[in-house]
Amino acid sequence: MNEKIALILLGCPQVPVQTSVALYLVHRLKKQGIRPVIAGTMAARRLMEVADPDRHYLGEMTDLDAAIDEITGKVRDFDLCFVFIHNDSGIAYAGTMAYISGAQVYALIFGEHAEDLAGEIEFPCEVIKAKATHNPMPLSRRLDEVMQWAASTR
Amino acid sequence: MGCIDALKPEIILSRTTFKEAREYIRKNIREYHEVEPGYKVFDVHIIGVPPLYIGIEGEDLIFPYTKPCHGTFVVKIPGSAEVARLRARKGK
Repeated sequence: MNEKIALILLGCPQVPVQTSVALYLVHRLKKQGIRPVIAGTMAARRLMEVADPDRHYLGEMTDLDAAIDEITGKVRDFDLCFVFIHNDSGIAYAGTMAYISGAQVYALIFGEHAEDLAGEIEFPCEVIKAKATHNPMPLSRRLDEVMQWAASTR
Repeated sequence: MGCIDALKPEIILSRTTFKEAREYIRKNIREYHEVEPGYKVFDVHIIGVPPLYIGIEGEDLIFPYTKPCHGTFVVKIPGSAEVARLRARKGK
């Protein structure tokens, strides 16, 4: 088995597009044969679970601290890591992941201050940004452009 | 889930950024030690982009605590064992 695993690290769920784009990302990853693992606060995870009650998309879900514990403890690591960012804490978590994990880190930056937040990125990662708060389309389109799902291979 | 509320921390700065927390510790705490992102203290991780600092004042640790929804707090918590563990690390 050489299955790729992606960690999706959710931020504070106060900006509406996060849950929608996270579910979309899970869908795209699974279509590529990449197993998504979702980490986030209790509220962020509950929003996902309520939106997908039969778990058509959702698989493993975990707490933020538990995910960081496993990586820093060398228990597991990931091939890809997508961090949802709409505030300074999101930048802090993405910077932490870039440091502790061997995964390719993708910073999904959204919300009112997406441009300013993108300027705060000073660690190795791929930035995917859109000034999206209620409408998920700008961010999901940008995600498609960067990931080029159709062109990628398993 | 790491939660330091039970330790009744003294809040020095609230709802700030991890960079401002870093600068506060660097400028205001005489003894401070650099730690890597993910370093665990009192069962919580230090989150942010390096350099990240933890200060020591007597038997107290002063460190940044980041919450996903509320930003970074600089907190002070007594803990001689954590102080000793931090001092035992190499470098400052």
